[in-house]
Amino acid sequence: MSSITDVLLFMVSCILTNNFIFSRFLGCCPFLGVSSKVETSVSMGLAVTFVMTIASLFCWLIYNFLLIPMGLTYMSTISFILVIAALVQFVEMFLKKSSPTLYSALGIYLPLITTNCAVLGVATLNMNSSYGLLQSVLNGTFSALGFLLAIVLMAGVRERLESSKIPACMKGFPITLVSAGLMAVAFMGFSGLV
Amino acid sequence: MSEKKSLGGVLMNGIVTENPTFRLVLGTCPTLAVTTSALNGLGMGAAATFVLVCSNVAISMLRKFIPDQVRIPAFIVVICTFVTMVQLLMQAFVPALYDSLGMFIPLIVVNCIILARAEAFASKNTPIASAADGLGMGIGFTLALTLMGSIRELIGNGSVFGVNVLGASYEPMLLIVLASGGFLTFGLLLGTFNLIVKKIEQKKTKKEAQAA
Amino acid sequence: MSLRISTAPHVHSPVTTQRLMLYVLIALLPAAAMGVYAFGFSALLVLGLACVSCVCAEFLWQKIARQPVRVGDLSALVTGLILGLNLPPTAPWWMVVIGSFFAIMIVKQLFGGLGDNFLNPALAARAVLLASWPVHMTHYVTPTFFKAGVDAVATATPLATKGASLMELFLGQIPGTIGEVSKAAILAGLLILLVTGTVRWRIPVILVASVFCWTWVLTGSPDAALMAILSGGVLFGAVFMATDYVTSPITNFAQIVYAFLAGLIIVLIRQYGSYPEGVTYGILLMNIASPLLDRFLPQRIYGYQKEVKKA
Repeated sequence: MSSITDVLLFMVSCILTNNFIFSRFLGCCPFLGVSSKVETSVSMGLAVTFVMTIASLFCWLIYNFLLIPMGLTYMSTISFILVIAALVQFVEMFLKKSSPTLYSALGIYLPLITTNCAVLGVATLNMNSSYGLLQSVLNGTFSALGFLLAIVLMAGVRERLESSKIPACMKGFPITLVSAGLMAVAFMGFSGLV
Repeated sequence: MSEKKSLGGVLMNGIVTENPTFRLVLGTCPTLAVTTSALNGLGMGAAATFVLVCSNVAISMLRKFIPDQVRIPAFIVVICTFVTMVQLLMQAFVPALYDSLGMFIPLIVVNCIILARAEAFASKNTPIASAADGLGMGIGFTLALTLMGSIRELIGNGSVFGVNVLGASYEPMLLIVLASGGFLTFGLLLGTFNLIVKKIEQKKTKKEAQAA
Repeated sequence: MSLRISTAPHVHSPVTTQRLMLYVLIALLPAAAMGVYAFGFSALLVLGLACVSCVCAEFLWQKIARQPVRVGDLSALVTGLILGLNLPPTAPWWMVVIGSFFAIMIVKQLFGGLGDNFLNPALAARAVLLASWPVHMTHYVTPTFFKAGVDAVATATPLATKGASLMELFLGQIPGTIGEVSKAAILAGLLILLVTGTVRWRIPVILVASVFCWTWVLTGSPDAALMAILSGGVLFGAVFMATDYVTSPITNFAQIVYAFLAGLIIVLIRQYGSYPEGVTYGILLMNIASPLLDRFLPQRIYGYQKEVKKA
């Protein structure tokens, strides 16, 4: 993370090559559940980006300044999930007071984010790859942007599928999963880009 | 959920009627991510089953003491404790499986099945019934993961549980064990499942119509 | 009876699906003929097998799903021919059959059939085959042109022919998939498509121009840029696959953005990615994005005039 080029390459890697949905399978539940409309998927994606960035920061601080010095690294999962739950709660209260418009746009998605495995996933990933503070935060933001890209593309496709003559047994989840599979095939083109 | 439901009924509910993977479509991330081989599917299923049963029993015993407002964080702490236990146990006794499942073991914490059962069943029922429910859901999840894993391993590697089935001349379809293959296999399996359920229901209504 | 609901404009035109597909088939013939001439009998086998399996797959699906059989609209035949032209002449028979069934059954019919698929079936099938059997899919041979005593020479990638002259690239004396070798034949096909009004110039021209410009920018040499559009599948993709009505955007401006971005992705994958050829992925990714492009790019409202600038 020494130069702008490094940051750009890291961004391409997080958003395209190692996309959270299409290559790491993190955050699939909201990806499948909240992708039926483009507008809601944008809101969900933004809320996730917001939380993942802050969660990366706090989890890194807790892990490096609390858990490692005290020899409690086996407590990482439980402390991360508590940090995330508290953060989500805090962000929700903060938004409610400071920006009611943003709150009404993101509000209902915020509680869902606690159990979004992308958030806990990125914290665990940062820990396992022993990233520094800046790289952890960037990883959080960029990976979340990759999630945003995936969910918005998916929503576009699903809105289009609404008027299609899909066989009855494939409607809903099955066809969404097959579409996601085909999209993942296309995203494979980015492999080796970084 | 009726009060008088037998333990067997609760057990079968999780395996068939409300199969968490194929009927409720919960816990999709591990279903897609770890099912690259039958063994991985089975291992993940077993780990999740252990956590499900333990957390269901613990939450059911604590259900009178947990205040309603903080129940979700309390549930998460309980679940997380068992996940950490599983993580340490697997690291010690099955290190190879632990490595191949990787970060998806700590992620059992946010597997929606477990939190959903805690909220929907364990917080309202007795410990014994909750254990049966956890076991049923866990077995249903394990069966689904093992099925997915077997199919993907068979097509993508020509083997099941590491035993070569299709012979040396078979050229494996690599895509199926890659990311997109997970989505495709799951989607097509789900569609097939829906088709079968629909056919069975059609037959049932036909029989009932004939009997009437 | 079922009512058909569609949005305005309700224009009826004598141009049927069958007629359009027939034009596309005719336009594909020069490329197919040159491919067979270049690679010999094995290429003919691959093309024939792909066409037959695609039509069979469509027929079987419509029989099993109890739908009216619409094989006569020729769309399955077009998919089969395009898929065949996208394969190397040495492709094993089972791979051709699996690719055809995947294209028709999963990419097209599962989503509701012609007009409802969001990806070009032949392209998606090619990407799936490339990911599944990379060795078979990248086994390219140099054309033999039925010359006696010339053995087919295998090379790794269709782009590894930096030694070839521009003329050789243009005439197709290079290894590659069946359809993409002869640029002259593809241009003849484009001419047929343009004259019959089957496709408009926008998507193919802008896509090729985009590849040319981006390669020039990234490599700094106009020769390399010219080489880039004449090698690999850029021309074939731009003419026959990026122009698919169903999977490309509808409005003019969205089509321009679509073609431009597809060209950019193709160049990026070619220059930096691990796959030798990016045409398949560039077009597929823009197929995925086209519903969004149609929705969010400004379009000219019918009857709306730009404000006249005050002098």
